[in-house]
Amino acid sequence: MLLLLLGIVILHIAALVLLFVSTIVNAWATGSASSSDLWKNCSTTNGGYHCDPANTGEWIQAVQALMILSIIFSFISLFLFFCQLFTLQKGGRFFLTGVFQILASLFVMSGAVIYTVMSPKWVPETEAFGWAYILAWVAFPLALISGLIYVILRKRE
Amino acid sequence: MLTILALASVILLGIVPQQSEAIVIYTGWERHALVGSDIRLSCSFFSWRWTSDDVTFSWSYRADGARDSISVFHYTGGAPYVDNKGPFRDRLEFVGNPGRRDGSILLKNLDYGDNGTFTCDAKNPPDIVGRTSSVRLLVFDKVPIQAGVITGAIIGAVLGLLVLIVVIYYLMRFLVARRVFNLSVSKHGKKGKGKEGSQQRQVPVLSIGDPSKLKATVSEKKKQESRKDKK
Repeated sequence: MLLLLLGIVILHIAALVLLFVSTIVNAWATGSASSSDLWKNCSTTNGGYHCDPANTGEWIQAVQALMILSIIFSFISLFLFFCQLFTLQKGGRFFLTGVFQILASLFVMSGAVIYTVMSPKWVPETEAFGWAYILAWVAFPLALISGLIYVILRKRE
Repeated sequence: MLTILALASVILLGIVPQQSEAIVIYTGWERHALVGSDIRLSCSFFSWRWTSDDVTFSWSYRADGARDSISVFHYTGGAPYVDNKGPFRDRLEFVGNPGRRDGSILLKNLDYGDNGTFTCDAKNPPDIVGRTSSVRLLVFDKVPIQAGVITGAIIGAVLGLLVLIVVIYYLMRFLVARRVFNLSVSKHGKKGKGKEGSQQRQVPVLSIGDPSKLKATVSEKKKQESRKDKK
């Protein structure tokens, strides 16, 4: 039982860390001499490393908001898990925790989808999708599985 | 201890008058405007002295890419003097209130050539030492949405919705619990009446009036009693 609990918590924290790293690191789209992400576009010109704040378009701001919301919801879900661990009756389900985690995964998915669809608009042609973008896509099924486990898990002992 | 206090107060009194002589000027940081529209550039100041009759405001303008700034507005001796030769002739208007420390100007019919930095300098004799303050004017044909506005709006809306749902849930629970409490209070009241066999104590009447609801509450009471029996 304790091992299962530890496994579930580690899965949750792994999804959370992936979300964090994906949101913060500047590698959603990388090219040979430039990189851009949700927050700024950087390029290495002759003068050196030079960064501009990202376009103030509506869609990139929506992606920013969705990624931040997914992190917030995943945090709330972790907090609720520990609350419910100690207050839930025997045989009860971690329903609330699961719902928040599933919502977080949905937010990541919508953010990644919006970025995929709108990226030709603000990313130059020479750039391909970077590893932070891939992390966002990996975090989505991880968070979804974690949320589903919470929903079907029953409290024992 | 007392000597330290005395020393500290003397030092403070020595520092404060020097700072109180400086005038602090406030303008915006940046202003965005559409081509052809009007914009009001505000300038206000803070000074430890009362507003004197000789208060002066002056605005100067430095175009983007230019090296020097030209003076475009001056208020002194109770009268405003607007630009009548420079780039803002017939387009500048004084809309401030010097008595209220407001030295704002209104620029009409903006054009792309008006991009630049406007500097406001205010003096409130004898309070004349202070730094000027500048506001940058940016003229667009379409005003862009500022970075972070939509982000903040989406996050705020979703979190607000979450808080609303939690509040409504707890409110419903509170209301249901209150109704159950009202019922249990009336039940205990009736029992007391039966035991004593006298009609001295008044039974608190149920808050609900119509008979259909009464039936529902009676069935609820029966359910509660049966549950208690089971336990």
